[in-house]
Amino acid sequence: MALSTQEGSGDSHYVLNVRLDNAKNVSNLLKAIHFKETATVFASSMGLKVTVEDAKCIQANAFIQEGVFHEFTIKEEQLTFKINLTVLLECLTIFGSTSFPGVTTSLKMCYAGYGCPLVLILEEDGVLTDCNIKTLEADEVLDFNFCSSNVVNKIIMKSECLKEAFNELDMSSDILEILMSPDAPYFRLSTFGNSGSTHSDFPKDSDMVESFQCSQTQTNRYKISLLKPSVKALGHSTRVSIRTDNRGFLSLQYMIKNEDGQICFVEYYCVPDEDLDEPDH
Amino acid sequence: MRFRGKLVEIGCIHHFTRVIGTVSKLIKQCVLRITPANWYFILSEKLVNGGVQIWCDLPQGHFFDEYAMEGVCQEANEIYLELAPENLVKALKTAQNAKWIKIKLTKKNTPYLTVEVDLPTLSAHSRTVVHDIPVYVVPRRLWPEYEEPKLPDFDVSIVMPQLKLLRNIVDKMKNLSNYVALSANQNGEMKLMVETDMVSVSTHFRDLLNPAVNRGDDSEEPDPEVFSEARIDIRKLAQFLVGQQINYTRVICNIVHRRVVHFLLLHDDVSLQYFMPVVAS
Repeated sequence: MALSTQEGSGDSHYVLNVRLDNAKNVSNLLKAIHFKETATVFASSMGLKVTVEDAKCIQANAFIQEGVFHEFTIKEEQLTFKINLTVLLECLTIFGSTSFPGVTTSLKMCYAGYGCPLVLILEEDGVLTDCNIKTLEADEVLDFNFCSSNVVNKIIMKSECLKEAFNELDMSSDILEILMSPDAPYFRLSTFGNSGSTHSDFPKDSDMVESFQCSQTQTNRYKISLLKPSVKALGHSTRVSIRTDNRGFLSLQYMIKNEDGQICFVEYYCVPDEDLDEPDH
Repeated sequence: MRFRGKLVEIGCIHHFTRVIGTVSKLIKQCVLRITPANWYFILSEKLVNGGVQIWCDLPQGHFFDEYAMEGVCQEANEIYLELAPENLVKALKTAQNAKWIKIKLTKKNTPYLTVEVDLPTLSAHSRTVVHDIPVYVVPRRLWPEYEEPKLPDFDVSIVMPQLKLLRNIVDKMKNLSNYVALSANQNGEMKLMVETDMVSVSTHFRDLLNPAVNRGDDSEEPDPEVFSEARIDIRKLAQFLVGQQINYTRVICNIVHRRVVHFLLLHDDVSLQYFMPVVAS
């Protein structure tokens, strides 16, 4: 019977066993990368990394470091499995996302190894929910090979101003052009849609820009449909770091503060739109 | 056949609106039975259409200041009308600060339930709004179809947990599966469970009350630990939970194992009964 899982005596056969007092700290991070049905979970002694990919062109990673959990035991070096993220999120927020103030949902999550389901036990106000989610065969995830030594341009800014720009993107445009440059206009987002082109410029000395390190002028185009999902992460985050490397690959890192004041990161990688790519500078 | 009633107290008007609002969220078309003592809202679906039955009774003295009626004949002093409760709600929405509301059965080519609302004004002129709600008079030979459903012998009777919490959980479960297994025992435990290929989720409630059940002398007391189960349409359950606008004093769930779930919602004198048959697996 399902209730027997709460006894805690049978925990020894789990290779992964985590516990935290506020399930929201995990669910909010996962919501930030939830643009596809399935996700790949990597667990190591450092914590959990959850990866979502689409069209071999975009990848989102949520890092939930071990410190976020109140208890984190892993018996193997690394564990990998794929899981239905939509189902996982429904389970994590089963008691409703708008809980009463002061009431949090505690979470215990266990995994017994390859082929076994992910077991979640959630508790709020004495009400208990058991979930058994099937795990799937993990696929290989993309390696974008994005090294910080190859970074050409980097801007760190507050999320709110970018959020506005992203929410108002002209979705009739196929692409979003990002210009980063040490000279004016410094940082520009452009779209080319049915009703005309738009340009949003961000001056480098704006209050919103916290760090501006651009070494050369770079204009890259990205598929807007691929970048649009990153708005989810933008909404949850306080700061965002925008980086491009010498190949024009884009990295967006979002800093997300959870309810306990801990800082977690979510990162998006996106490839530039190839056929429109200019010969290079 | 005559009917006229008048509501004056603003608290009564609001409460009356909420009760009918709740009914309208549950059913599109229902039968209103008017007797000298009560108003009843009745739905009795054919088994092929889902077999849901609703029985809501309102003591007229609780709401109406003036109440006069004359049934089809002396020995059957009742009126049965078919109407869309939503229309009644729309009429009552305009009456939220009315001085009084008169509800009459009128005939203008076809029968109507006429709602006359007197709204407050600053000048001496009165401001009256009249709504005519089309109704269909149910002939006497069809009355037996709308008799109060007989209560079966329940295996389990249990007081439901907070409806708001239950609604959150059922709303999430609704995204996972089309059916939910609702089970409870005489030991104050209730369980909601959904199962699909991908996931199984079960929520457990403990320390609930079991109201006393009147059993025939011949049947023995069941084992309090044994769960009685009913598999029901989760969308119907969600709809039932979402529509509730009244703060009930008590909500009781009765289960006949693998047959039917009966919800009894009590508020002062108003009571609402909802029968949901099980869905075969």
